[in-house]
Amino acid sequence: MTDLRVVGGDLMPPPRHRRHLLSIEDLTRDDVERLLSTAHSFAQSQARQTKKLPTLRGKLVLNMFYESSTRTSSSFELAAKRLSADTMTVKSTGSSVEKGESLRDTAQTLAAYEPDVIVIRHPEAGAAQFVSRVTEACVVNAGDGKHQHPTQALLDLYTMREATGRLEGLNVAIVGDVLHSRVARSLVQALSLVGAQATLVGPPPLLVPELAPCTYDINAIADADIVYVLRMQRERMLAGANFVPSLREYTARWGITPERVRPGQWVMHPGPMNRGVEIDPRIADADVSLVVDQVRSGLVVRMAVLYDLLTAGPVPVEAEVEVA
Amino acid sequence: MLAGPQGTDNVVIKGARVLDPLEGIDAILDVRIDNGTVAQIGAQLDANEHRVIEAEGLVLAPAFVDPHVHLRTPGREDEETIASGTAAAAAGGYCAILAMPNTDPIVDNADVLRGLRARAESEAHIPVGFLAAITKGQDGSELTEMGELADAGAAGFTDDGRPVAAAGVMLRALQYNAVTGRALAVHCEEATLTRGGHAHAGVVAAQLGIGGWPSLGESLMVARDLDLAGETGQSVHLMHLSARESVEHLRRARERGVCATGEVTPHHLCLTDEAVRELDANMKMNPPLRTEEDRAALIDALREGTISAIATDHAPHSLDEKDVPFEAAPFGVIGLETAFSAIYTHLVAPGVLKLETVLERMSGGPAVIFGLERPRIAVGAPANVTLLDLEAKWRVRSTGFKSRSTNSWLLGKRLHGKVRMTMAAGRVAHEA
Repeated sequence: MTDLRVVGGDLMPPPRHRRHLLSIEDLTRDDVERLLSTAHSFAQSQARQTKKLPTLRGKLVLNMFYESSTRTSSSFELAAKRLSADTMTVKSTGSSVEKGESLRDTAQTLAAYEPDVIVIRHPEAGAAQFVSRVTEACVVNAGDGKHQHPTQALLDLYTMREATGRLEGLNVAIVGDVLHSRVARSLVQALSLVGAQATLVGPPPLLVPELAPCTYDINAIADADIVYVLRMQRERMLAGANFVPSLREYTARWGITPERVRPGQWVMHPGPMNRGVEIDPRIADADVSLVVDQVRSGLVVRMAVLYDLLTAGPVPVEAEVEVA
Repeated sequence: MLAGPQGTDNVVIKGARVLDPLEGIDAILDVRIDNGTVAQIGAQLDANEHRVIEAEGLVLAPAFVDPHVHLRTPGREDEETIASGTAAAAAGGYCAILAMPNTDPIVDNADVLRGLRARAESEAHIPVGFLAAITKGQDGSELTEMGELADAGAAGFTDDGRPVAAAGVMLRALQYNAVTGRALAVHCEEATLTRGGHAHAGVVAAQLGIGGWPSLGESLMVARDLDLAGETGQSVHLMHLSARESVEHLRRARERGVCATGEVTPHHLCLTDEAVRELDANMKMNPPLRTEEDRAALIDALREGTISAIATDHAPHSLDEKDVPFEAAPFGVIGLETAFSAIYTHLVAPGVLKLETVLERMSGGPAVIFGLERPRIAVGAPANVTLLDLEAKWRVRSTGFKSRSTNSWLLGKRLHGKVRMTMAAGRVAHEA
């Protein structure tokens, strides 16, 4: 494992006014360094037999999920539990949301329990900002529309650094449906924050030149240290929008196959994967795939985010861990 | 064409700077109004039995005309009524407004129109004109009975909120509208390019991951409608222009003799899509806020007269509808009560536009497009005047609106310039 910096005097705690994680734009490079270092410390704690830390005992972490999610919702829940916080998960299905309750009313109803953190996943951009305006809790954006998914970007940075030992100067090719991807938006900003380069590769109608350099030539991934494969979001494709003629043509031109990955490259995917569409199963299960590492990183990075939001002072993380 | 109160107030307005650019007046004078009509303009006029309004330090200008208001009546009286909307208009310095027909039911037949006009006679604080739909149900396929609607008092025709998507239908509407002599006003939007769009398709929307509503979605339709107007020899009015490409099309069409006019909103003159970054639903309009280049092009067009009207596109929405995440919110903001102050603050005070230009584009400009009598300060003219306090500074608060809705892009903002008094059709309709 690479040697990582641990929280020290040179890394200041978050200023009091930054009570939310809504967008990567809200973060500085120091914030990212601190979060990744904290996550690294938590990773060491997770290697022990007793994985639970007392750090957030008595705190309440509320998960509001208005979209289906496996990785994000489970890892936030487990992250909170591993830090001894109480957790509660409300999903749009089976709740009053199905009866037409507005986001404001649902948020304020749940806010009556005085949660310390609200984690929200929602299909519309701006939902996390909205909840941060109508409640007192710290709000973590777990994905809003096509806008942002900041904890995904942080766990991706963490995974990249674990695999390659660096972030500065790293070259990342992001392949696929950038247009509909909140993951890509957060990741491009996060990479730029730590001095890495992103190139967007995919069908021209699905690229966003305002974000980063773009190319439709799949051979461009040859220059990358990491090939980051995006999900072809079929559920977001409007009928007849014709972003691509067919998934078949997409796979033939932009699918990530063993033939297209050169030795020394790593492959990442935020999940859930469409095996055989954007990623060949032989790559998904190969040693070069970091997909499972990303899930593991998700847990410790989300622990770090919760910890960071709820502890104001420069508490040395190592000491906390040792106590456990 | 207008329905509403007619006044017979007797007033002397003393010591104002009387400013009517088209009448060539700019001087400190008194104005006497007898029975709702301007009777005398001069120095030190006798008040007699008249009520005296002391107006030293204020500007007396022709009152404003808003050619684009959503009164939400019938159907959404919780958001606006004829009474609340016209009270808001009076507070904004307006002596006449034109209401859009995209209500529930839609104003696409003479019975609905007559009902609205009758209600305006008893409920309105200032005169209102009602536009009727171009196509039945505003579904873009079958023309309304435009002749009968015009006879029943339609102030013009529009499918506002929607484009007339089929070029063939638009061509027939232009041809047939020769019968009515009323204005044909179009909402230019190519829906196959704007579907799923919530903000201008530019850097900001790309970075935020919000669906883009491209300039081309407007300008393609602008170009089509200008060509159709040219082909038929009929006039067309382009509503709420937002893109510099649209302005360029309009300028060139007018140069080659097409009878075309345009309007622009205060928010498109004052804001850019940078305002969307905070994801505040009160920054969500249709057409969307665009770039600084677009804003500059709109200001230039307004200055030179290519765009001859400022229109608020006053679009009330309930708090419930707007108090949601950005993408879930409906388009539109209210504007009647803040239009002058917003433009004065953002454009006149910094020296971008002359006060005279703004006053004309908010009053005579829109009146002429819709064939209404131009508000003017002249002996014999009905008293349609507004008193403006250019020194006043005030803060926009959600509790301060006459409108039933508060979805303003200016909430919490400080503005310069305030409307102190409005006379509409010879009656004092607002005082503050």
